[in-house]
Amino acid sequence: MSDQKKSISLPLANPEKSVEAQPRTRDEGGDVLSEIAREVAENPVLLYMKGLPQQPMCGFSARAAAILASYGKPFHAVDILVDPDKRQGIKEFSSWPTIPQVYIGGEFVGGSDILMQLHESGELGKLIASVSGE
Amino acid sequence: MIEASIIVERIEAALPGARVQVQDLTGTMDHYKAVVISEHFAGKSLVARHRAIYQALAEEMKGPIHALTLEVFTPEEWDAQG
Repeated sequence: MSDQKKSISLPLANPEKSVEAQPRTRDEGGDVLSEIAREVAENPVLLYMKGLPQQPMCGFSARAAAILASYGKPFHAVDILVDPDKRQGIKEFSSWPTIPQVYIGGEFVGGSDILMQLHESGELGKLIASVSGE
Repeated sequence: MIEASIIVERIEAALPGARVQVQDLTGTMDHYKAVVISEHFAGKSLVARHRAIYQALAEEMKGPIHALTLEVFTPEEWDAQG
């Protein structure tokens, strides 16, 4: 009987580990930085902004959202105004003191000035295409 | 609120020899644009260049400066702009 129990407990240990490997959201017991890491990993094109694309609450956020929208590909927007912890956390996560912030393919791309510059140079189109499976 | 001259000082201290031009965009001393030309930017990504400036203004970015638009060039890039 005791041998059988051991053989059952072993395979159970592994799935637990693989769950640990994924950054947890706050709902799952993680902290805000871990939740951001999860969002960055799960969303190929991700924008942290003030307000939402339909109703931006800051000119820089509006500009970043409009640039991303111009490519006609879906992107995920997170409104940090409704989440003070995330508003602070995103600045720590990227060592970047301003919002908006754009992440593509899991990498920090920059704020609205850099986004505009990459948009004008054509590099942003290439980046977005590279994560859209084109 | 912060004087434009302080922003220039901080950036020049962090990037010796840089040419720095700061413009108050709104007349309210909290929305600025900075054009920074420095040889320290050579071979650095845009993110790295902006980070260098943000680091120089770390305290100011936490309050007095509400928005800072950045344009960053090496001297060669600046000359190529014409």
